[in-house]
This record gives sequence, structure tokens and C-alpha cells, in this order.
Amino acid sequence: MSSTLERPPALDAIRVTRSSRPRRWTLLLGIAVVAVLAYLPYLAYAGTTDTLTDFFVLLTMSSMWNLLAGYAGMVSVGQQAFIGLGAYFVLILAQHGVEPFVAIPVATVGCAVIAIPIALLLLRLRGGYFAIATWVVAEVCLQVISRFNSLGGGTGAPLPGLDDMDPTIRTAITYWASLAVAVAALAVIYLLLRGRLGLVLTAIRDNEIGARSLGVRVARARRLVFLVAAAGCGAAGTIVIISALNVQAPAAFTVEWSANMIFVTIIGGIGTIEGPIVGSIVFFALQQSLSEHGALYLIIVGLVAIVVAIWAPQGLWGLIGGRLRLFPVGYWLRVGPDAGRTLPSPDRPDETAFLAGDAAAERGGEHDG
Amino acid sequence: MSRSDGSPVLEARELTVLHGQLPALQGVSLEVRTGEAYAIIGANGAGKSTLLRTLAGLHRPAAGSVLLDGVDVTARRAEERLAAGIALVPEGRRLFGSMTLEENVLVGTYHAREGTWDVDRVFELFPWMAERRRQSAWQLSGGEQQAVAIARALVANPRILLLDELSLGLSPAVVRRIYGVLPELRSAGVTILLVEQDVTQALAVASRIQCLLEGRTTLVGAPSEFTPARIEAAYFGLAGATPAAGEEAG
Amino acid sequence: MNWVNAIVQGILLGGLYALFGCGLSLLFGVMGVINLAHGDLAVVAAYLAVVMLPSIGIAAPLSFLVAIPLFALLGYFGQRTLIQKSLDRGPFTVLLVTFGISVVIENGLLELFSADSHSLNIGSFTSQSIQVGRLSVGVLSVTVFVVAVVVLLGLQYFLARARAGRLIRAVADDREAAQLSGADYRHVFGVAAAIAFATVAVAGIAFGMYSSFNPSIGTSRLLFAFEAVVIGGLGSLWGTLVGGIVLGVAQAIGAKINPAYGILAGHLVFLAVLAVRPQGITGGRRSE
Repeated sequence: MSSTLERPPALDAIRVTRSSRPRRWTLLLGIAVVAVLAYLPYLAYAGTTDTLTDFFVLLTMSSMWNLLAGYAGMVSVGQQAFIGLGAYFVLILAQHGVEPFVAIPVATVGCAVIAIPIALLLLRLRGGYFAIATWVVAEVCLQVISRFNSLGGGTGAPLPGLDDMDPTIRTAITYWASLAVAVAALAVIYLLLRGRLGLVLTAIRDNEIGARSLGVRVARARRLVFLVAAAGCGAAGTIVIISALNVQAPAAFTVEWSANMIFVTIIGGIGTIEGPIVGSIVFFALQQSLSEHGALYLIIVGLVAIVVAIWAPQGLWGLIGGRLRLFPVGYWLRVGPDAGRTLPSPDRPDETAFLAGDAAAERGGEHDG
Repeated sequence: MSRSDGSPVLEARELTVLHGQLPALQGVSLEVRTGEAYAIIGANGAGKSTLLRTLAGLHRPAAGSVLLDGVDVTARRAEERLAAGIALVPEGRRLFGSMTLEENVLVGTYHAREGTWDVDRVFELFPWMAERRRQSAWQLSGGEQQAVAIARALVANPRILLLDELSLGLSPAVVRRIYGVLPELRSAGVTILLVEQDVTQALAVASRIQCLLEGRTTLVGAPSEFTPARIEAAYFGLAGATPAAGEEAG
Repeated sequence: MNWVNAIVQGILLGGLYALFGCGLSLLFGVMGVINLAHGDLAVVAAYLAVVMLPSIGIAAPLSFLVAIPLFALLGYFGQRTLIQKSLDRGPFTVLLVTFGISVVIENGLLELFSADSHSLNIGSFTSQSIQVGRLSVGVLSVTVFVVAVVVLLGLQYFLARARAGRLIRAVADDREAAQLSGADYRHVFGVAAAIAFATVAVAGIAFGMYSSFNPSIGTSRLLFAFEAVVIGGLGSLWGTLVGGIVLGVAQAIGAKINPAYGILAGHLVFLAVLAVRPQGITGGRRSE
């Protein structure tokens, strides 16, 4: 891998292109998948619909954690703070007469707003400091919410406002809400990363000081990611309370949410949008088949995650998907005679091309210290 | 302590070292004989420090080998090379900030080889150290820190002492004082390989020099063999600099 | 007097927190990473004592003698294998792996011991108290505080004078320079981990005597340990003691105001320190 450039190439022999054009077929495929999923409540039993609702919740949370950790390098162990806050936002609004489904977007925005002062405090921290601080924040949220008897104290409160709805319809609408949240989450992440933010995050990850000296607003990029992740987890939290019809503080703010997010993303593949999708499917299948064994499935998944993190850090998607990107957010720098080609292929990379913006490709070469 | 068969103490053969995808060294070779002071000169980024660090075991070469007394040590880690007899005084001194002067030197003794250098002997070499032994390392001046760094490497009783940019960040007077210690070391039988950006200083102490430019050797030999113009050409890569015999063409 | 009593209790509790924190602080200072399984390991030690008591029949304090070397070995080999591999990948990976270990431990304990609370029975020692003036202080609390101070003193002396301790400091100061002086940094990391794990064992068993515990209590122990270290200031063992005391007193005062506010008060003080003086009370040169 030592092709050295003896002479800088002529300027017209260098092109920066997307790692692959979003092919029309992937977009159509995506729409078809969503359409099929949307039609599901007419086909399946309420049990299946409920299960898939939980799946979309998991997918949303994992994608958000992946955005935080895989793309912005912030390992959070406290996203459950926003999941719980999202749920309690809906509860408070419902207690004041707002239809819970209408409360979803309000709660989502509310979580983003609350995240602003939290970001102010936490974003000066790095690495393990940041991680534990997020955990403490989540615990503080738990403690504070538990003080309010109107919210059920520590024992729990029912969600008003949906009692006179037909259960089948309610399940279906909850399902559609969770599907909408998941699709919106993925869309937002994709568009953000495909745009300027994606490039900024790559620059920060590669060389923060260098990026700063070029005028990159490092703090602003991090804050944006943190707020989006907070909003996303908040939205997931709204679905949690709506599908359960009640909320209990310790369960809403449990670190198990973070454990799920982290394991899913590690196993699926950190740093690619596809990773959490694959990971959620695998994790969910495991959870469904092992659920009778209680704590056992978490032990197994935890061990698998540890092994994957050390020995296969690119995750499942990295192993089987390789360079394929259903959500292309990276760039190629094409140098040399092929620079004139208009349709670069990501599957057979040029020897002299460099891949930027692809977090997963760089994750495999994470440097020591 | 001199070897009668004339083989070199330290040898590098066709070292190629990469920093990521950029080549820092390309096919560099050298030989240091017992008891000599061998200087490597070159501009910033020429690869001098990389060469020393590779010889000391902090970088793995992509190609080539390092031999100590004829034994291939390329696969050995830095700490193993110290045990074998290669001691590097790194660029920038790199003392242990939380420790006193004495503790810094003591750490050097913990994995030392058999030999005549110990804390007391080193305190004789640098007489001012004895009464300042309990001072924190970060309270010492740049020149004093440099001396402590040398002492720390010496007490390990190395076969060869590698000195990386002794003059960095020090005033000329201090630099002269540090370099003033070298003859005493040489007469005690210590072989020295040094990297120095200050060409005048290097020429003053070295028995042989090697010039690097962009990771390749442009000059090898005794200082007396070359005119200043010749050295300057090798240093800056000007026309008139021909690669040293036996090296690849630049 | 009630207030003074509460504050004294808080101070003594701070000793236990310092005991939890010193291992975390050592590992962070030497290797630069935070072991998210720290609290859960302490709980494992407590459960180990529970297991040993009926079967071997030894008095609870003697469980220290078994647990400490066991944990030291676990620390050394855990570091040389799993943690080192994670470190080679990057600090990111260490966080994820130790978090995974934390989850595995908690759920493993849940499977083995159920979610019920346990505690270490040491007889009347738990309830004995001595009168100091008009204060009534628990004998156990004082003992734990003394043990904490002794451990910290021992650790301080070890790092300052012992060869292995100096090597640990050298590697912590400048790993490459230590390598150039012949230190195998992986082995030094292992020794540091062994010591850290040993302190975790002491902290866990002491905690088990102090109060009841269950499999999921490891999380809060980790948070308190970290809070003690941060409040006191990284890089100083006595800072960890100060931090632990501040945390304990904050929790005590909070609990005095309202029994449910104790832990929250501690968290808020921690967040306040992070906001205003992140290098901690004693922190100076070596802040994060």
C-alpha cells in the first residue's frame, strides 16, 4: 500500500465525488419497504404489530446513539434521560388534555430544548468523563421526576387520553407513529450526514485542531448532533409510553435503554447508517427467542458485543456489507486517469483514491492514543 | 571495550519507515563503529528523528533491519532493545514530570544492564545534580533537563547511546556545555549516535556524519572529506549533491 | 446535634467513597481510561463474601484475605488480555467493552443471586456505636473510614517509594519515555490494574458490611466513585478522599432536608463542580 506520488497530479486529474450516487433503485426499494410496513396492521395480529412497534423504537434509539458515538465520537451512556423525558412530556401534556399522538412532536422538540443547557454543561467533556456525566444527568432526571407525585412519584402513572379508543385502532396508530418516527429519524440522520455536517464531523474526527484552525465550528457541530440525538431519543420515548399506556420512572430512565442501543450498534456496525438497522434486526430476533430466560439474553448479547467491539469492530454490516452503502454519505477523492469518469464505483476502489466521511472505514484503523 | 573484529555496534540496513501512507525513510542504511561519535544531520522533516526512533524500537519499519552487534533486533520492542543495549535520549527531553531529578535517574536503573554507570557515577559526571537531586523535574531548566535525560539513559549501561536533537530549545551557551560532556563519555568508551540540526555543532563533535534529505541519504563520511559547500548541497538537496555510494538514487 | 451527627456520618461515608474512587483514579491516571464496570466489580466482591461465609464459615473480615489476592490476579490478567486488546483499538473501545462487562456482570449476578438484597452479617459490629461528646458514631463507620485512610496511605507510599510504584508513575507521566527506559508498559498497566482491583475488593466488601446490596447497585457505586474523584481532583489520592468527604456530606445534608433528596444532592454538587471547577478541589496542573 505504498503508492507514493512522485509528482503532484494536474489539477484537472483530481475530482471529489460522492461515494456513490443514491441510486434510484435504493430509493424506490426504500419506499416500497415503508409502504409494505405501513400496510402491515391490516395483515397482522395486534401482537405482531406491537412487537414491530418495539422494533422501530429500538431502531430509532440505536440510530441516534450511532450518530452520537459513531459519527461524532461522543460515547453516551445516558440517552435514557431523553427517552424518559420524552415519555414524561407526553404524560404531562396528556394530563392537561392534549391527545397523546399530537403530543409526540411537541415532546420531541421539548427534549431538544432541554438538551440545550445539558449540552452546555457536558460538551466540554471528553471520553469517559462525558460518558459518566451523561449517566449522572440521567440519574438526576430520574430523581427529579420521581419527586412529583402528580407524575406518579416512583410508582408509576397511567397515560390518560387513549382509554376510549378501540384497542386495535390504537395499536395500529401507535405502530404507524413508531414507523413514522423511525423513518423520520433515519431520514434526518441521512440528510444531515450527507450535507455539510457529515464532512464537518469527519474533519473533527480526523484532526480536531486542524479543523478548528480552518474555521470549522467544532462546538456547534457537536451541539447539533447532541440535540438531534436528544430529540430522536425523546421521540422514541413518546412511543414507549404510548404503547405501554403507563410510565414508571425507574423503567423509563433505566440504563438498560443505553445498553440496548450500544449493543445493537456495536453488533450491527458503528459508523454506518445501515449498521443499527442490521443490529436491531439481529438483536430483536435474539430478544424474542430468548426473552423467557430473562437476564440470560442480555448476558449473551453483552458478551457478543464485547467480542465484536474488540475483534470485529466494523460490526455485522462491515463484515457482510463491506463497502456497499445503502445510505451513501461519504466522498471519494479520485486521482489520476480515472478522475474523468462520471460514475465512480465504490465496489472496486482505485488504488490511489481516498475515502473520506466514511466513519466505518476509519473505525477499523482507530489509532492507539 | 573495543571489538577487535571491527564489526559495527549498530547497523541499519535499507530501512523504510512509513507515517501512514507517507514514507519518512526510504532505504536508509548506516553503520556505527565502536567508540565513535556518529552524527546524522538534515533539515526539518528529513527523517532524522524517525531514524533514531526506529533504531530504538518505537517505530516498526516497513522494510529493512536493525542489527546490534551483528544480532538482528528488528522484531524487538523498545524496552527489549534497551535490555540489549540501545538507549535513546528522546527529542524534547521527556522527563517524568511528577518525579524528582533523582527519581528520573533511578527509573533508568530499573532495567539497566550490567556495567559501570550508576547513579553515583552519573552524579560525578554532572556535579551539580547531587545537591539538586530532590528537585521536581519540571523545575529544572532546559539544559538541566537535557542533562538528566542523558543521565537517565546512561545508567542503563547501553552499548550505544542515541541522542536526539540535544540543542532543541536551548541557548547556544547551554548547548555547548551539554556537548562538552560528550568527549568525557567517549573516553569512557560510550559509543554515540546523535541527530543534530545544528550542523556546526555536529561537525565539531562527530567522527563521521550522514546527511538525510526527505528520507534518503545524501552524504556519508568523515567531516574532513567534505567542503562546506558540498555539505550544504547535501543538506538542502541542491544540484551538485550526489547520493552516497551504495545508496539508491534519489 | 442532629445536623452535626448527619455531617459526621457524611464525612465517614466519604471514606468509603474514597475507597471506591482510588482504584478508578489510579486506572485513569495510568491508562487514561475509565472502567465502567468498576462499581459492579465491587458488588462481585461483596457477593463473593456472601458466598464464602456459609460455605467456608470464616468471619466476614477474613473474606478480605481471600478476595484481595483473587481480585488482584483478576485485575492483572484481565488487563493483559481483554483491556489491553481494547486499549489497542482505542479509548472508545475500552469504554464500550467495560460497559459491556458491566452489563454482563449485573445480569450474571441477577441470574445467580436473584434481585433480592443481601448483606454481610458481621454480628453486632454493625449496630455498635461509640459516644464522642454528644455525638453517637457507628463503630463500623469509623472502622471503614480508618481502613480507607490506611489504604490511601499505603497506596501513596507505594507510588512514592516502591520500584513498581515509580514505574507506574513513569508510565503514567510518559509512556514512551518509560519504554525507552526499559519498562514493559503492558506489564506496568497490569500491575496498576491488579492494585486497582484489589482496592475494589476492599471497597466492595466494606460496602457489603455497611449496607445491603443487590445486583444492580453497581451503577450507583461507579457514579459515586467517579464523583468523588472528580470533586476532589484527578491525580491526587488525597484529593479523592476530600472529594469523597464532600460527596458524603452533600448526600447527608440532602438526606436531612428530605430522605429522598440525598443522592440527588450529591449528583447536583458533582454537576456544579463540573460546571464551575472541572479540575476539582485539589486539581491544578493535571486536569482532564
